[in-house]
Amino acid sequence: MRRTENYVKIEFLSRSSNEGFARVAASGFAAQLDPTLDELGDIRTSVSEAVTNAIVHAYPDQLGRILLKMRVAEGNILELTVRDWGRGIENVEQARQPLYTTGGAERSGMGFTIMESFMDRVHVKSVPGKGTTVVMRKRIATRAKTGR
Amino acid sequence: MEVSTACRERTLTLTLHGELDHHGAKGLMDKVDREIEAALPLQLVMDMKNVSFMDSSGIAVVMRGRQRMRELGGTLALVHVPTQPKKVFDASGISRIVTIE
Ligand SMILES: Nc1ncnc2c1ncn2[C@@H]1O[C@H](COP(=O)(O)OP(=O)(O)OP(=O)(O)O)[C@@H](O)[C@H]1O
Ligand SMILES: [Mg+2]
Repeated sequence: MRRTENYVKIEFLSRSSNEGFARVAASGFAAQLDPTLDELGDIRTSVSEAVTNAIVHAYPDQLGRILLKMRVAEGNILELTVRDWGRGIENVEQARQPLYTTGGAERSGMGFTIMESFMDRVHVKSVPGKGTTVVMRKRIATRAKTGR
Repeated sequence: MEVSTACRERTLTLTLHGELDHHGAKGLMDKVDREIEAALPLQLVMDMKNVSFMDSSGIAVVMRGRQRMRELGGTLALVHVPTQPKKVFDASGISRIVTIE
């Protein structure tokens, strides 16, 4: 594991209003890596997907807790972990397939596909009845600093 | 999220405002359904210029609109799609099956 240079942990309730909050928190934390607008969009979208999954699928008919851990690792790596203690996923490989959904007409089954496309690495660990942990990593390109 | 509606010569334009995530999309599908039922348009235009954020929740809404328009023998177009939503459409393959202007 790469050396940790900074991290924060935020725990919140699985209310849908916290989807926007999680995106703002991720944008704020990622700012220290000086991402481009494009990279920031990828980060906000991926966090939104993982947190929404926890809200919608992990706790379908109750409120539960969600942990968002964000870490900066050596080499300009941003690591985002979204953890829940909800329903869990029976077959992770199947769940990651494009268009696979248990969510009905309101969902499209593209969340994991989007996370995979926007982040460098997406790792999913899940135990049915115990919960799910999604770890996503993205290297933020270093840019020539202007000024200073 | 807020939706403003305009209908002219059987083109129904729905302009979406705000963040199109799971939270913001609540009730949006029903709203799209109702507007289509009322207008019975030949073309549905979703104007995204005021969408400040979109995730996969938006894909389901667009696919629903596309399905309804197909049933009516009409078409769907997305216009003024900002960079972030455009990237989500591209990643999910929607850009290949829906007209994005
Ligand atoms: N945290 C989670 N807890 C339990 N099940 C999950 C979790 N995350 C994902 N899943 C399962 O994996 C499936 C696929 O997830 P994915 O995000 O790709 O699509 P979706 O959420 O169904 O639709 P979309 O993200 O396009 O709105 C879900 O339908 C659900 O069955
Ligand atoms: Mg999802």
